[in-house]
Amino acid sequence: MIYETLIAPFQEFEFMRRALVGVCALALGAGPIGVFLMLRRMSLVGDAMAHAILPGAAIGFLISGLNLYAMTAGGLIAGFVVALLAGLIARVTELKEDASLAVFFLISLAVGVTIVSMKGTNIDLLHFLFGNVLALDNQTLALIAVNASITLVALAVIYRPLVIECVDPNYLRSVSRVGATAHLAFMALVVINLVSGFQALGTLLGVGIMMVPAAIGRFWARDISAMILIAAGTGMLSGYGGLVLSFHSGVPSGPAVILVAAGLYAASVLFGRVGGVLRHLIPQRHLEA
Amino acid sequence: MNAQLQFRNLTLGYDRHPAVHHLSGEIKSGALIAVVGPNGAGKSTLFKGVVGALKPLSGEISRAGIDPHEIAYLPQAAEIDRTFPINVYDMVAMGLWRQAGIFGGIGKDAKKKIGGAIGAVGLTGFESRAIGTLSGGQLQRMLFARLLLQDARIVVLDEPFTAIDAKSTLDLLDIVRRWHGEQRTVLAALHDIDLVKANFPETLLLAREKVAWGATAEVLTPENLTRARHMCEAFDEEAAACAA
Repeated sequence: MIYETLIAPFQEFEFMRRALVGVCALALGAGPIGVFLMLRRMSLVGDAMAHAILPGAAIGFLISGLNLYAMTAGGLIAGFVVALLAGLIARVTELKEDASLAVFFLISLAVGVTIVSMKGTNIDLLHFLFGNVLALDNQTLALIAVNASITLVALAVIYRPLVIECVDPNYLRSVSRVGATAHLAFMALVVINLVSGFQALGTLLGVGIMMVPAAIGRFWARDISAMILIAAGTGMLSGYGGLVLSFHSGVPSGPAVILVAAGLYAASVLFGRVGGVLRHLIPQRHLEA
Repeated sequence: MNAQLQFRNLTLGYDRHPAVHHLSGEIKSGALIAVVGPNGAGKSTLFKGVVGALKPLSGEISRAGIDPHEIAYLPQAAEIDRTFPINVYDMVAMGLWRQAGIFGGIGKDAKKKIGGAIGAVGLTGFESRAIGTLSGGQLQRMLFARLLLQDARIVVLDEPFTAIDAKSTLDLLDIVRRWHGEQRTVLAALHDIDLVKANFPETLLLAREKVAWGATAEVLTPENLTRARHMCEAFDEEAAACAA
């Protein structure tokens, strides 16, 4: 029974195995990125960037149909352009970065949906917005795996300046110039992970596997390395749980993955060791010192 | 003694409005100098200029060959995210940035130094505490430990003792004296006149322009202080371009 529910789907169907590998690789890269976005109070920036990728991917689609390379290249270019422009406008004008990002992503979303609906059908649009994790081909899997590997290696390289820039940006600025470079590299990682997420879960839900596990990590760990492990782990767990749920209940796989993550999040809010609700509600005797 | 810092007709400010106006003078290597003046006198602005965070509107600062990034700088309101999950030890260890950089490991010697700095500010036992759990005084002690590790020729402290209790102030003053004993150049913006008189041999009294600069006892006279208070006026949005 347990075997049939939890393991058999993956043994019987290749598309399930592919999907599982895909979401695991995705969670491995996106989780740590999500933790840093959260700690830099940029949780919604991920969302904004995801929308920004849409027109690029749509132009790729317009030119060559559902072609992985064209759509990826388009998405990457659009993502980088928006990240750079938003950062630039924030730096040279009084507008804060979040406000200028908000403007850009809304423009991008409008442009993207317009382009897709000009040429494609409603099904194409749905594919764009919500992805299809059950239809990952080899190329897409390879792309996700490569992106996850780049993410982990690059994060290891910029980890120290990134952490310092999060806690005490003034200090980093006072001792070194690497802060800006690290920030750009980090935004680039956000973009490539969103492009990965876009392939599997679509523009709208791709951010889910980045931010929800990160928020879960916050409820269980006090230090950042543990948060990163928990985020990657719960991301993978959500991926697996979501696929099982989707297989048995017929819920579309992308939303199912995020729903499972949401369930874990709800449980963390209630039972979390660090700042969970129950901890507040159950009075504990204060300590002696 | 050679000059460690020289200001030549230095004007610093924001949006063309000067906050420090035509300042000239030099700070000797190994000097311990207090910068005193009312709020809005340009103390923080001057320090931002010294550490290279603000480019002069005109004039220049020379630092005797020291890169601005080698100056240890404690800003007035440290923009520290105190909810960030990091402990005291790691925070202090950041002081070794110039030695360790992005990849450098933290070896045995470095660990000893970190422990020593934490001990010197009286935070031994707090190493694994999250920074969010520290009091204001403890946070300032931690930042001083980090400054100690920076091992800089020039130390710039912007109101280091504001909102800090007497005991912590005394402890941290000891560290300032230690830097002075080690021939480092120390600049500190301060509001407590008695503390300045007791501890700082040299004072710059600033009110957007230099009011007086020299031996503390000669600078901090009642007349000078009154003059400084009257010289600080608000920006004039319609101000004409400065001819000087």
